[in-house]
Amino acid sequence: MWKTILRRVLLMIPELVILSVVIFLLAKLMPGDPFTGMVTPQTSPKAIEALRIKAGVYDPWYVQYWHWIVRMFHGDLGMSYQFKTPVGSLILSRMGNTIWLSLLTLILSYTLAIPLGLVAGRYENSKLDKAIMIYTFVAYAIPAFVFYMLGIWLFGYKLQLFPTSGSVSVDAIGTVSYLLSRLDHMILPACLMALLSVTTVVQYLRSEVIDNKNQDYVKTARAKGVPEKQIFTRHIFRNSLLPIAAFLGYSITGLLGGSIFIEQIFNYPGMGLLFMDSILNRDYSVITALVLLYGTLTLIGSLLSDIILSLVDPRVRIG
Amino acid sequence: MKKTSNFSMIVREFKQDKGATFFVFLLTMLVLAIYGYAAFLDTKQVMHVDILNSYIHPGKEGHLLGTDQGGRDVLKYLVLGARNSLNIGLAITLIVEVIGIAFGLVAGYYGGLVDNILMRFLDFMMLLPMLMLVIVIVSIIPNYTMLDFVLVISAFLWVGTARLIRSKALAEAHKEYVYAAATSGSNALKIMVFDILPNISSLIIVDLILSLTSNIGIEVGLSFLGFGLPDSVPSLGVMIGLAQDPDVMTGEPWVWMPASLLILVLCVGISYVGNVVRRAFDARQRLG
Repeated sequence: MWKTILRRVLLMIPELVILSVVIFLLAKLMPGDPFTGMVTPQTSPKAIEALRIKAGVYDPWYVQYWHWIVRMFHGDLGMSYQFKTPVGSLILSRMGNTIWLSLLTLILSYTLAIPLGLVAGRYENSKLDKAIMIYTFVAYAIPAFVFYMLGIWLFGYKLQLFPTSGSVSVDAIGTVSYLLSRLDHMILPACLMALLSVTTVVQYLRSEVIDNKNQDYVKTARAKGVPEKQIFTRHIFRNSLLPIAAFLGYSITGLLGGSIFIEQIFNYPGMGLLFMDSILNRDYSVITALVLLYGTLTLIGSLLSDIILSLVDPRVRIG
Repeated sequence: MKKTSNFSMIVREFKQDKGATFFVFLLTMLVLAIYGYAAFLDTKQVMHVDILNSYIHPGKEGHLLGTDQGGRDVLKYLVLGARNSLNIGLAITLIVEVIGIAFGLVAGYYGGLVDNILMRFLDFMMLLPMLMLVIVIVSIIPNYTMLDFVLVISAFLWVGTARLIRSKALAEAHKEYVYAAATSGSNALKIMVFDILPNISSLIIVDLILSLTSNIGIEVGLSFLGFGLPDSVPSLGVMIGLAQDPDVMTGEPWVWMPASLLILVLCVGISYVGNVVRRAFDARQRLG
């Protein structure tokens, strides 16, 4: 068990190194350098030039890369040109918003997907099953942002049920009303994302249930007189759920990737919106840090999925 | 037993499914209308800004769907945008399929060390935060064109197809007919292209149709964010993006709503057809 995890983690290291090299080289192609963020009307170009030479902007790229990595491990990601703050603390201040939104989406998505998948599998080929299949098909086929736009138009502007922008209202004072306001701002985007992200889990769970229906252990349970309902809620449910857990890692990275669209549309100040702002303002030190962070999170997500999968399925562990 | 061709299998499956017949009809009509009308339109003329005519309501002054902020006719813009989105979707799909098939065939046919190295590379490509990198690259390239855009997107998207083809080619590479071809003196290239490729063609056709939907979606999505097609090129995504201004979203819905609905219909329709074709090729799922 631990051997598998260790091997997987070790494999991650070269991937991370190559990822950081690619992003570093891409960052070199962007105009500007870490000192662009320090330029104010008071600084003289000569002082900046001296700083550049001292910091080795004119060194070969692999030397610069090494210094960049070392600085990064010391927590120094450079300065944001746009906000005039260290990149690390800037990203940290936005990270919470994105994580909370993703978490709420994840919870909503699984609470919706699990019953749908179980019902569709149990009543295979019924009208209900067909309706669920059409829903997952449409959710998979349509571009997400169009759905979000229609959602914000209908529920945010036309029906005025939810706020359409920001992460908290200005007039929310006191802990309880602050938290409620935060939640209020997250519900609509989280619901819209959850509605679209159920597809994989529903379809996978459905086919798992259908596969399990004819397994020997189900026949045994039936033979010893377990009520039909319990066969599904206890026996089949548990056996079908384990592989679903493995999707969790991929779901997290999928949600993070989708955060760019949802945060842009809802003007929700998370990392996705920070990325878009930084692109528009050519704030390259922030962009580099964010791309590296998202790449690393993708890596961790797939690692998580692999570990869960090897926990629940011994065949993966051995193979 | 009479041998049924791929084509007749698809036709039979479509006859079994009323929804499929409907979507094929709808898609054909839409595509004909879009390409037919677009042929009579001059992009420069349609994109001409005339602020005196901005936000004319639909159905007035000869503008069937009204005009946008720049006084451009929404219907004409929509038709040109849809044609561009379809063209770009097709171009990306073709490039992605060609690279993906070549990569997948080589990895799958040779297997072993070659496969191992190529798969490591694929695994790495899968890690890249694609959306972010495309946005970064698009913003670095000075005055980029439609072709640059297609190439940048394709550079990331071929990975999925390559994986799919590789897994299928890996299974095919150990079948008798491949050994027979090798024994009779065919070289590797000939086996891959003339023996394995036809045997996985049904998979490729399905992947082609289904990835067309997502590729159109990606172009429209990036244009929506402002990092898709150059400004001078009409795009459905740019139209929908206009609604990021709350005033436009609520006050002038005719500007963005038609583009949103058209893209939904196109995506659902193409995926539906793709799924029916997939069923037709899979004997276990076939309806008829």
